[in-house]
Amino acid sequence: MDLILFLVFAGIAVVAAINVVVQRHPISSAVSLIAVMGSLAVLYLLLGAEFIAAAQVIVYAGAIMVLFVFVIMLLNAGGETKAGRSFVASLLGVPVLVALLALLAFFTERIYPSDTEVHFGGFRGGTAQAVGRALFTTYLLPFEITSILILIAIVGAIVLARKELE
Amino acid sequence: MDSFIVISLIKIFVVFGALMTILAYLQWVERKVIAHIQVRPGPYRVGPHGLLQPLADVIKLITKEDLVPPYVNKTLYLAAPFLAITMALLSISVIPFGPAIQVAGYRTWMQLTDLNFGALFILGVSSMGVYGIALAGWSSNNKYALLGGLRSSAQMISYELPLSLAIAAPLLVSNTLSLRKLVDTQDGWLWNWNLFHGFQYVSFIVFIIAAFAETNRVPFDLPEAENELVAGFHTEYSSMKFASFFMAEYANMITVSCMATLLFLGGWVAPWPAEYGSGYVPVLSFAVAGVIALFHGLNAARKRDHYSFPAVGVVFLIVAAVFLVPLTQSVLLPLFWFCAKTGAILFLFIWIRGTLPRFRYDQLMGFAWKVLFPVAMLNLLATGLVIAAFS
Repeated sequence: MDLILFLVFAGIAVVAAINVVVQRHPISSAVSLIAVMGSLAVLYLLLGAEFIAAAQVIVYAGAIMVLFVFVIMLLNAGGETKAGRSFVASLLGVPVLVALLALLAFFTERIYPSDTEVHFGGFRGGTAQAVGRALFTTYLLPFEITSILILIAIVGAIVLARKELE
Repeated sequence: MDSFIVISLIKIFVVFGALMTILAYLQWVERKVIAHIQVRPGPYRVGPHGLLQPLADVIKLITKEDLVPPYVNKTLYLAAPFLAITMALLSISVIPFGPAIQVAGYRTWMQLTDLNFGALFILGVSSMGVYGIALAGWSSNNKYALLGGLRSSAQMISYELPLSLAIAAPLLVSNTLSLRKLVDTQDGWLWNWNLFHGFQYVSFIVFIIAAFAETNRVPFDLPEAENELVAGFHTEYSSMKFASFFMAEYANMITVSCMATLLFLGGWVAPWPAEYGSGYVPVLSFAVAGVIALFHGLNAARKRDHYSFPAVGVVFLIVAAVFLVPLTQSVLLPLFWFCAKTGAILFLFIWIRGTLPRFRYDQLMGFAWKVLFPVAMLNLLATGLVIAAFS
């Protein structure tokens, strides 16, 4: 049951991710990206990380992608026009893709030998309590630095917006 | 395992059927209440007191021509109402209506499924609900629909922040994310409810205001302001596709009312323990309502009321008698309190619609970011500090 769900949602994630690149209209790409985020959330849930899954849906699929869609709607961005393919891209595209996938497979095999298999639901640190404890003890410094980073980004956005007004 | 699947299927059918009926009749209740606020009778022709009006509306909507304009983005145009109604109905699956019950030897919860992050699940699903409206507005390829869609996405993004912060405070007080345990911590007397816990009424007020905006209800129904935007995001929709947006709005209203009940009003718990006679409240209230209906039937002002009011009165008296049967009490009593609290909040929604005019768009956004968000933030901060100080 877990394996079937995994295959279905991993398949959706991969197909939707390719669709993000293939689609020529920004809204279609954004909708595909939402599907990727949603199926990733299901994969987290299958692994037993329920808080991360909920955060994935609320933050990425729910908040960030809504902003994407909102901006695309506001600018009323049209579809891309198809440009002529460059000679280099058509020559090197497929070989480079194959080489990239091969490299990825090689390193995955090296770092994670096949005897350490993934266990569905085997992960126990996925509750809200466990994530909260980890954030405020083990990872306190990165957590606080990230929050300052986000604050700087917000201040920067306001400064840029003010400049345009004057 | 097999019995689990069978029970789950039965529960899904019961909950879904009840939800659909309530959706249809909530609209009748709304029209009646608004009508009486405006001193007119409201729906009166179809059935006694217009009780068959929802059925007539459903038939009308189904038999209308299902028009797809030629200039729309077809895939998203067809997907948007589906998305809206799915997300609206999905969140009801984690809402508990009552405690564990025994039915024919099986012990089961009056809830479809209990997630230990139920509150987060509802937040996630409701945040996905924006897409239905936003994509409907965009794919219709129509100025008014686009403006409605833009307004609604901006409004929902803005009001989701105070809503989430307002939900976080009572969750901190109860120290759980599971909706079932949330109710357990509010058991006992009235003052154990999160609403009366310290200054949590601030969270309740922020939650209710943000919930009005999230469900696009008056005074925040800017996305469908008909005097500026025709019908807003659903201008180009007809027949059942229009009906799904309509149903999604009402289903969302029911969900946020259930959430308010669970978070602040103690869910299915009675205001005071059963030892002090809270079990007799439903019997008494139904009996009194029945007697009043009988009295008005005997001294009828209109000719029709000679038949309709006594019939209603007898039905109420029968319901009161059912509440006295010990066998049904364990199921009906929690359900009564849950429905009474949720119904009170739904009535508040309708009441406010009959009372307040619509906000201007800049007032709406200014209110969200300059008033509601800081209040919710300070409230969460204060709640956290108080809990940290006393634990």
